[in-house]
Amino acid sequence: MAAQTGTGAEGRPADAGRPALFRGRHDRTGRPGGMLGRLGSGRLGRGGPAPVGHARETNDRRLGYLLVAPVVILLLAVTAYPLIYNVWNSFHFDNLSYANLPHDFVGWSNFSKMFHSSQWVAALQRTLAFTVVTIVFDMVVGLALALMMHRKFRGRGFLRASILVPWAMPTVVSAMLWKTMFDPTSGFVDYILAAFHPAWGSLAWVNANESRAWTAIFIADSWKNIPFVAILLLAGLQVIPNEVYEAARMDGASWWQSFTRVTLPMLKPALSVALIFRTLQALLVFDVIYILTGGGPGNSTETLSFLSYNTFIINTDFGLGGAMSIVLVLLALAVSFVYVRALRPNSA
Amino acid sequence: MTSAVADGGAPAVVTGGRAIAWPPRRVSPRVVVRETLFYLAVVIVALIALFPFFWILRTSLLSDSQIAAGVGGANGIIPARLSGAAYKDVFTNASFGFLGPLLNSLIVSLATTVVTIIVASMAGYALARLRIRGAGAILAFILLAGFFPVLAMIGPLFLVLRYLGLLDNIYPLIIVYLVYTLPIATWLLKNFFQQIPPELEDAALVDGATRLQTLRKVVVPVAIPAVFTAAILSFILAWNDFAFAVSFLTSTSQFTAPLAITTFGQSEYQTFYNLIDAAVVIISVPIALLVLFAQRRIVAGLTAGSFR
Repeated sequence: MAAQTGTGAEGRPADAGRPALFRGRHDRTGRPGGMLGRLGSGRLGRGGPAPVGHARETNDRRLGYLLVAPVVILLLAVTAYPLIYNVWNSFHFDNLSYANLPHDFVGWSNFSKMFHSSQWVAALQRTLAFTVVTIVFDMVVGLALALMMHRKFRGRGFLRASILVPWAMPTVVSAMLWKTMFDPTSGFVDYILAAFHPAWGSLAWVNANESRAWTAIFIADSWKNIPFVAILLLAGLQVIPNEVYEAARMDGASWWQSFTRVTLPMLKPALSVALIFRTLQALLVFDVIYILTGGGPGNSTETLSFLSYNTFIINTDFGLGGAMSIVLVLLALAVSFVYVRALRPNSA
Repeated sequence: MTSAVADGGAPAVVTGGRAIAWPPRRVSPRVVVRETLFYLAVVIVALIALFPFFWILRTSLLSDSQIAAGVGGANGIIPARLSGAAYKDVFTNASFGFLGPLLNSLIVSLATTVVTIIVASMAGYALARLRIRGAGAILAFILLAGFFPVLAMIGPLFLVLRYLGLLDNIYPLIIVYLVYTLPIATWLLKNFFQQIPPELEDAALVDGATRLQTLRKVVVPVAIPAVFTAAILSFILAWNDFAFAVSFLTSTSQFTAPLAITTFGQSEYQTFYNLIDAAVVIISVPIALLVLFAQRRIVAGLTAGSFR
């Protein structure tokens, strides 16, 4: 995501309006294609006369693979390798608590254990519900904030900085900060609520009951993540040319009409990027829950990622954990795929 | 501010070097209401964003007995007494101080940033310029890796680190954190390299420089702003990790700062939020400074390129 808007070293591709994540490949330099037969002939350009023409291109390509290799290898090592290991584990018995037992093939039993676990099914439902509520709320509020910051006014820079700070904070900061705010003894929330009703002075949010615990999680999570949505959408608003609005005004469009007919459609690329990021973050939520409620009270705030942590690290059950991980990966893949499909601009 | 006559050549009122037309242009009451509501909303948003920071700063400056007493009376929103005791305690904690975890976090985050910048600028350059086959697929994989569920990785990585005897050690985190940083850094740098006019390199190439020399001597210096942005974002992402640290680290000497904070201030009957919040304030300061100094750069890095 480079900072500068390209002032055309090469012409804008036909799909320039799309979010770059979904754009077709146009990152070629436009030079003529190389020749396979020359692959072996080039040197890597060290010593000797500078290679020219096709030779240089072949050299370039070999150098290209060399330069790309570290990123690909490192990322494969931390994603593809664990994924394959998880698949293997999910069909085997592997629990460090019973380290002397052999790692037998167990078929689908880890999966059936997972699907029959009411704890896991409840966590799945909670995770999905949290994701839906979170993205709707975050997108609406984020858009409102973006529209606010899009106006030129005194203190706009200050507003943008104060919105950016919560985003940049580690989750441990946002979670601990709201844990303090919601604490019945040291917190601000109960202190203020007590002024309205004496019984509200000790609501003890994070460990009182399920709905209060989720309220606290929701607020802590939104407080940190809405700024990200707002900043993305603000950047999207800023690339909509002013002439479009003027044309709409000339045609007598009201504010609402120009918002729904001009702003929203032209904001689609930014909206889709924000939506993908936020959905995946919400679906995989872990840190804020671990710190704020630890999955409690009872099991009432456990999510899929939280159960995955518990199964791997606390119960050291790598077979069951592997099965849970595969569901997580499939969910994340499905979300990315559905969004990329659904939000692709209609221009052919 | 002095008054002035509207016409007859009287000067406009000057306040702080800014000329104001006098009398002011008449505005309709509707506009006044709208503007008031707008600024009210701005103030509310800023308060929601910033008040919690005030609250943890306030809490961090309380003594243990004030924490036990709770909010109210002399310990209202603005407490009557403040003390820096919690900041001292957080470094001279009985079990372990905060300095070790801070250093651990700093080492890991800086190392992750350095590795990220080197590896990502190489790949970014190759993807932008070197016409490799399957560049689109490679880029798609790199971006997709950024969406990979962290909590699905920890099990297998735990087993690998255990096998290698590297559990409870901060250094493997440097490799693991690359999953946070490499996708966005490679993406950012690739987009930036694409915008550098090829003629710039061609001149050097014609003069007989190799690609790698050109990359080092011509491209990277031009790309310093993008490198800087990628470095800031990488540092923030590595500094903010919690999931990997809590999964792999067990002894306090290896804790990173975010992990250490979750173990502070806990006693059987009481949570000492002054201690916790002192640590929270300390860990927030470097990030807050980064944001304030590099605001534009961070915003640009976050947004541009994702939809141009």
